[in-house]
This record gives sequence, C-alpha cells and structure tokens, in this order.
Amino acid sequence: MLEEENGVDPRLQAISAAIRVVPHFPKPGIMFNDITTLLLHPKVFKDVVEIFVDRYRDMEISAVAGIEARGFIFGPSIALAIGAKFIPLRKPKKLPGEVFSEAYELEYGTDCLEMHVGAVHPGERVLVIDDLVATGGTLCAAIRLLERAGAEVVECACVVGLPKFKGRCRLNGKPVYILVECRR
Amino acid sequence: MSACKDREQDPRIEGIASSIRVVPNFPKPGIMFQDITTLLLDPKAFKNTVDLFVERYTGKDITVVAGIEARGFIFGPPIALAIGAKFIPLRKPRKLPGEVISEEYVLEYGTDCLQMHIGAVQPGDRALVVDDLIATGGTLCAAIKLLERAGAEVVECACVIELPELKKRLTPNY
Repeated sequence: MLEEENGVDPRLQAISAAIRVVPHFPKPGIMFNDITTLLLHPKVFKDVVEIFVDRYRDMEISAVAGIEARGFIFGPSIALAIGAKFIPLRKPKKLPGEVFSEAYELEYGTDCLEMHVGAVHPGERVLVIDDLVATGGTLCAAIRLLERAGAEVVECACVVGLPKFKGRCRLNGKPVYILVECRR
Repeated sequence: MSACKDREQDPRIEGIASSIRVVPNFPKPGIMFQDITTLLLDPKAFKNTVDLFVERYTGKDITVVAGIEARGFIFGPPIALAIGAKFIPLRKPRKLPGEVISEEYVLEYGTDCLQMHIGAVQPGDRALVVDDLIATGGTLCAAIKLLERAGAEVVECACVIELPELKKRLTPNY
C-alpha cells in the first residue's frame, strides 16, 4: 500500500507536473493541457496506469472503452492489466462494419462518436477512458453509446479534468474520476 | 521479417491471426480491410500480441516507442510501458500542440502528412515504430524519416499485420 501525505497520493504531483500547458491551442483563449509530455516520462506514465488499475481491478469491469485518439493511449494498458476487452470509440467512418453513432454538441456545430455493433453485450460493466474532461460532451456521447448497447457504465476516468470533477460532479448520472486538475 | 515465418511458429500466433476480422470493401470497393478491433475484444489474444513484441524488444536498449495515429496508439503504449521506454505519438496534421516537425508522404491519390513534437526525441535515442498494419510502408517510411531527422536511430518497425501481396516495399529500409 502506498504512503499518502495528508491523504494525497504522492504520485499525483509528478503526474500534474509532467503535463504541459500550451496557450492558445487549438484557438486563442484555450490553455491546452498536453499529456504528450507525461508520456515522455516512463515512471510517471506507469504511475498513471497503476493508479487506474488499482482503482478498477476489483470492480468486475469487463470492457474499457477508449475515446479516439488520446483515450487509446491510456485505455488499452488498463484493459490488459484488469483482463478486460478494449473498445475503441471513434470519429465517423473510421470503424469498418456495423456501428452505432451518437451525435454530440460542440461549441460550434456537432460531432459524432461511433462504436461497433457487438462490441459490448447487455449487462457488461464498462469503464470509459479519455485523457481529459472539460465540458464532458464527448464522455456523455460515449455513455449514451454504451447504454444503447445495453452496457452499464461504471465510471468515466480521465487523467486531467476541470476542478469540478474532483468533487462529485457526474455526467449523465455517472461518476467521473480524474487524477489531476487542469492547469492554467 | 515476421514471426509467422520463423521455423516453428509461436503457438500464440494462430489465436492472434484468427481473432482479426476481415471486412470486405472497406473503406472502398476492392479493399479487404484487416480489422484488429476484434483482436482487442479478446483479452488473451491482445495480451499475447503485446507479449510477443515485448519479448522481442526487451534488452535491446530501446528508449522510444513511436506509435502512428490512431491504431498505433493502441499497441505502442503497452509495449513502451513494459520495456521502460518513452511513448511518442506520431499524428495527423494540427493535432499536436506546440512545435512540430512534419513529413509528407504519398497516398494512392494525393499526399498526407505525419507530425512529431520537437524535443520528443533526442540524438542517440533508439526507436521502435509501431502500427497495426503495414501495407505499402509509406506511413512507416514517413515515421522513420521524422525520427531520423530528430537524430534518433530507428531500430525496427513493428506491426501486428503484414499484407503479403504488398511485400515489395517502396524502399528496402525497414
């Protein structure tokens, strides 16, 4: 078991410090939290995966759904460690064969997330993964996709998120778990 | 070289091969698309896939695993984590924030572009490039060029699937 100072996991400080803030990307006013710098530190990347694995290994999760594309970086390692399937949730027209599609709103316009028909079965317990949660729009679309296929979304997990997700903020009634808050 | 051509095929290969789904006429008529998502639905097959790569690259002093967007992001990170290497995403244009270097490559019709962060790789880094599938090798060649421009040595390119009918590569460098 881990030594915690004041109840805070000591690995989280290094995780937060390893994330780079890039101002005005992809457009003016947005302070982009860039996780690629975290991936350049093998120990920190490993800690991220281990924290998630420790949280989810005993929750009888049979599938991890990762949101394209940065959810693909974190999701598979968690899935492998807990013995779950990995399901990629993708932008339109990337997945071959039959898919479910779920539209969601952007600041200007809409986008769409797709999942393979047959990837999950009714009653499966699923974890949703992405690198970051801001509005939660993409995660909500992911939750809707999985629920349309009859799965139960246990939690949404992200490396970084807006501070409200450190509290009890839910998305579509589902809990959200983040490791660190967005930095400005 | 591919694992299935070793004198004795590793017993895990058959399960991996049979877990890959072929989808005809995707993304366009005439293409038999090799879909690895069904492999990912089989935790044992997925684990075996990663284990085979990790066994091959452990002890080769590889410091960087570069994964090609997006399916290279699925296989590359577990390998990187297991061998203690950095993971570097190679991405389509305008996805990576901050300073990047770009490498153009040829498609059947037109060109595309792969990007890597400046500073991700240092001279002397030994790199492994990972993608789900190699066809003509065009994307992998662009990845090799990006890494070499940054001063890394590309040790090998690793893919889950090779298309045998496209074995004559555009360049012999892989």
